[in-house]
Amino acid sequence: MALLEVNDIHTYYGNIHALKGISFEVDSGEIIALIGSNGAGKTTTLRTISGLMSPRAGNIVYAGRDISSTRADLLVLSGISMVPEGRGVFAKLTVEENLDMGAYVRTDGEVADDLDSAFEMFPRLLERRKQLAGTLSGGEQQMLAIARALMSRPRLLLLDEPSMGLAPVLVDVVFEAIQRIASEGVTILLVEQNAHMALQIANRGYVLQSGEVAISDTAANLQRNEVVQKTYLGID
Amino acid sequence: MFRNKSGEFSWVDFTIDVLRVLIVLAVVVGAWNTLSSGRISLAQWVNLLAAGLSQGSIYALIALGYTLVYGILLMINFAHGEVFMAGAFSAFFLAEALNRTGFLNEQPLLSILLMFMFAGLISMTVAVLVERIAYRPLRGSPRLVPLITAIGASFFLQYAFRGLYGSNFKAYPQVRALQGAVQIGDISIPVAQIFVFCSALVLMFGLHWLVERTRIGKAMRAVSENKEVARLMGIDIDWVILFTFGVGGFLAGAAGVINGLFRPQGVNFYMGFIPGIKAFTAAVLGGIGNIPGAMLGGLFLGVIEAIGPNLVLAGLGIPGANQLKDVIAFTMLVLVLIFRPQGILGERLSETKA
Repeated sequence: MALLEVNDIHTYYGNIHALKGISFEVDSGEIIALIGSNGAGKTTTLRTISGLMSPRAGNIVYAGRDISSTRADLLVLSGISMVPEGRGVFAKLTVEENLDMGAYVRTDGEVADDLDSAFEMFPRLLERRKQLAGTLSGGEQQMLAIARALMSRPRLLLLDEPSMGLAPVLVDVVFEAIQRIASEGVTILLVEQNAHMALQIANRGYVLQSGEVAISDTAANLQRNEVVQKTYLGID
Repeated sequence: MFRNKSGEFSWVDFTIDVLRVLIVLAVVVGAWNTLSSGRISLAQWVNLLAAGLSQGSIYALIALGYTLVYGILLMINFAHGEVFMAGAFSAFFLAEALNRTGFLNEQPLLSILLMFMFAGLISMTVAVLVERIAYRPLRGSPRLVPLITAIGASFFLQYAFRGLYGSNFKAYPQVRALQGAVQIGDISIPVAQIFVFCSALVLMFGLHWLVERTRIGKAMRAVSENKEVARLMGIDIDWVILFTFGVGGFLAGAAGVINGLFRPQGVNFYMGFIPGIKAFTAAVLGGIGNIPGAMLGGLFLGVIEAIGPNLVLAGLGIPGANQLKDVIAFTMLVLVLIFRPQGILGERLSETKA
């Protein structure tokens, strides 16, 4: 059984029909990439899964439970964590306080251990532990956002454009981190404009177009797909 | 001077610049006259300062409630003066009862602690109920709507207390331990003022600790910065907002007790209005949304109010200067709004926050 099943969801911004019946599924342990151009509905899909928006029709089943209208803050408790578009670090909180907020729902005593592993994964954050997050560079903020999302010990991690605005060398750092997180058993749903990077680490991918799933296939096949090559990978 | 940003002559800028010069002149001339006349001795200045700090600490505690709520909801809770009034009223009833049994003067410290707790809890309850009933259903509506509701809630509370307890003025019983004064050289400072100032400091440090060090305090800061991301952390926004109103309410209730100890007379259903507006002024003065700003703004306003009339107005030959402290307070509000709208410690507001 899939960890996450998205069944024919329709989501609106006011009167704008943003998602027009999107369906896909994510199995436990997979890395799934959602690729597509601006306005295809990638971010809206993540926002709908994470509970920031509700679908007007269709449903979302997570771990066998319908979560279509569950509030975002409650979904964190059941193991869904999201790195929002544009990172969304709390600029006026320190790096460590940001991580504390990531662990807000935790009641066990192992938060300190997880803090250590976050600093081990991103040593840059350790150096800047007491610094306000707003003073970090874009790459450091992205690392912080990912580390923060992990502090809730998610089963499913939603990543919205982690490579956006980063220098190529930092994109590599971030994608290595994503692979490492996946290797530790966290299921990952990755939204990317950088289809090239996304398909390199993903198991499967879905191509979104105007609020619908246009193509779905394994990542390897998508990399070879002519339409994908032409439109999203820039290969003629 | 007299030119706007594009370098053209502008009557608005001209008027503001003239105003600026006139104010500086008035302050300098007034202060010079007063100081050179030697009408007020150093000891008297110290007394004025002490009274100003005590009054200012009351403003500061109320101002914190405005600023906490503004920081999180970008809304001015104009019913907050009435939250203060509710605390002052409830502590009054408790003080009366304690006084009748004699406990108030046998165990003054314990009694005052009880009054703080009781008034704090009542004010907290009132603030939380107002949020839950009057503001939460309007969340997400245009910002004018909750503002009008706040004024409605304010009237509701005033007239509810009037209906319950009548419109005559009541006075706190005297606490004997707070009578008298501490003598240092030829300066004497009333014990009540020292006590008032110190308890306000304790409360402000408590708030600072809560906001900076605790889990819920960090959540409050996170929510005030970005509600959506805070939800993604698993933070229940509604609970944090309710908690914020509760904390502000507690401080206002405590301010009600402090006010009663500092100035026993004047417990009345309408008593929250002027301190409420003054505390709002203090919050704006310090930079609304900024916690240290509210503390500083409150103390600053209290001191300006106490010293300003004697120093500046009396020096300009204005009769009955001490009756004009409200003029000073609200002139400060207008001046801050003209010359430094972001307040002393405030950052320049972006479009979204303004």
